[in-house]
Amino acid sequence: MSKDIAIEARNLVKHFPIKIGFFKSLTTRKPPVVHAVDDVSFKIYKGEIFGLVGESGCGKTTTGRLLINLAEPTSGEVSFNGVNITAISQERKMRKLRSKMQIIFQDPYESLNPRMGIFDIIAEPLRLQKITKTSEELRERVVEALEDLDLAPPEEFMYRFPHELSGGQRQRIAIARAFVLRPEFLVADEPVSMLDVSIRSEVLKLLLTLIEKFHSSFLYITHDVALARHMCDRVAVMYLGKIVEMGATEGLIRKPSHPYTEALIAAVPVPDPTSRRIEVTIKGEVPSAINPPPGCRFHTRCPYAKKICMTEEPKLQEIGKDRQVACHFPL
Amino acid sequence: MSLLVVENLKMYYKTLRGYVKAVDDVTFDVGKKEAVGLAGESGCGKTSTALAIIRLLPWNAEIIGGSIRLDGIDLVKIGGKQLRKEIRWKKISMIFQGAMNALHPIYNIGQQVSEGILAHENVSKKEALERTSKLLELVGIEEEKINRYPHELSGGMKQRVVTAMALACNPALVIADEPTTALDVIVQAQVLNVMKELQKKLDLSWILITHDLSLIAETCHKTAIMYAGKIVEYGDVVKIFKDPIHPYTRKLITAFPSVVGSKSEMASIRGFPPDLLSPPKGCRFHPRCDDAKEICRTEEPPLEEGKTKGHYTACHLYGG
Repeated sequence: MSKDIAIEARNLVKHFPIKIGFFKSLTTRKPPVVHAVDDVSFKIYKGEIFGLVGESGCGKTTTGRLLINLAEPTSGEVSFNGVNITAISQERKMRKLRSKMQIIFQDPYESLNPRMGIFDIIAEPLRLQKITKTSEELRERVVEALEDLDLAPPEEFMYRFPHELSGGQRQRIAIARAFVLRPEFLVADEPVSMLDVSIRSEVLKLLLTLIEKFHSSFLYITHDVALARHMCDRVAVMYLGKIVEMGATEGLIRKPSHPYTEALIAAVPVPDPTSRRIEVTIKGEVPSAINPPPGCRFHTRCPYAKKICMTEEPKLQEIGKDRQVACHFPL
Repeated sequence: MSLLVVENLKMYYKTLRGYVKAVDDVTFDVGKKEAVGLAGESGCGKTSTALAIIRLLPWNAEIIGGSIRLDGIDLVKIGGKQLRKEIRWKKISMIFQGAMNALHPIYNIGQQVSEGILAHENVSKKEALERTSKLLELVGIEEEKINRYPHELSGGMKQRVVTAMALACNPALVIADEPTTALDVIVQAQVLNVMKELQKKLDLSWILITHDLSLIAETCHKTAIMYAGKIVEYGDVVKIFKDPIHPYTRKLITAFPSVVGSKSEMASIRGFPPDLLSPPKGCRFHPRCDDAKEICRTEEPPLEEGKTKGHYTACHLYGG
């Protein structure tokens, strides 16, 4: 793996304002916001599969959307191949870049237009980007994309509509649509969480083959630590809009340094009835992202919390080789 | 001594294009204080089996044959009134899939949990509420939250509320249909711990329906693996996970990635689950089975006890 940076997030912040009534707005000085992503920085190297792991509401999906400029950050920047894409305000200029960055959404029942045939769904990005010159060329690219995803023979699928396909086949169409442009960077937001287990691994295998084929860099967003372990080279664990720990996957899972990572891994059920799981020591649920706790955001649930954790926010610091953690007392 | 014995149960859905054989010849039993897991992919008939047991069938569903005996009473044969008065909620209760999102938004949780008690037992409102607060305490909700409304509670709390509801009339058997699917892992672990404790404390029997085999590995004593409306393998959890016999079970178990142990290849099963309107002839798994032989295509394998006692498999090649 080369160490060229494909995409970098620098101090990304995204706050979503909450609608409040007119009278309430007269009495509140600062309008409330949801702190979806709060000061997140990381790099994804070329050809790397980077995982974002966390519970629902931790900001992983928003981070993914910010990276490909589907959402505008409140502050901070994203640089793609050295170009600051958050500074590009014109959609026309952005469109050129969009051909290099694509996204696969979670739910293939919602991400495919039910009125479009499979051929048109996959051909649309090529048409929009004006990549193919002739209709034969267009057809060739669509056929190739379908074949890449083992949807063979392509003629059989091309003229069907999404409702005629199963969930697994639909998700493959969504993947084909993302890869047809041969993107340099891809975001996949829980691409297999809607699929049955027997189909999951096949879709993941195809994803891995395609990433290798096109040397793409990949952001894999998931709530499933076990899947992240299977797929990713490096992972970042998010909690309430912040990265709490980041590092090479295998090492991080075997020896987590942040108490939250430890709890998250311990909570994953193990498909082995004889293994004794470690008791989950953390209590309660994730606090609201509207008023996140001061200091370390995890201190309200942390079994090891001390006084400093309640007042001072820990910075993401390097500990050991290729591992960063945001904790005053790393394990 | 078995509490519930399901024998050769067949439950079909009537559609315009014919019968959908959702539950086809299913046999298993649940002992006292035992937790049994029903596992399988979506559409394999796990929820239909549960609905048949508690006899809450959709309008187009029909129990075609077989028996469901609870303490010797055949639930298929008894009338609706007896079922309502004596069985449902008093003997068998169910935590429905997605129930936590079906809580009534304008009643507080105390009212909703006590409603079940009031409907089934001849008690005063005050007594019902007292029992409700005990139930809520049992599942780990503080007493003062009894007047809260569903929107004030988190997902994990709501799941505890519907668990308390299922326990309202001291049932002997609780059927939980995907009780933790919508929850995050940490909350899921908390809810599972509550369920495990309850089972010990109240001497309950559970049927846990889930697509996630690792949940069954952690909570159940026995498991039945279902595929296309049939049980393909059934027996002790440890035996099935350590030494699975049916090709489908073997693949399914290795299809789950794990956070412990060495990183291993995730298995995949080619093809897609069949349409239950016209399931494949012979073994229903044969079109996706790597080892399928001629006999698998023509003859249906029966669920038979193998060399180990209590371990049943329906496979021509590896079973028996």
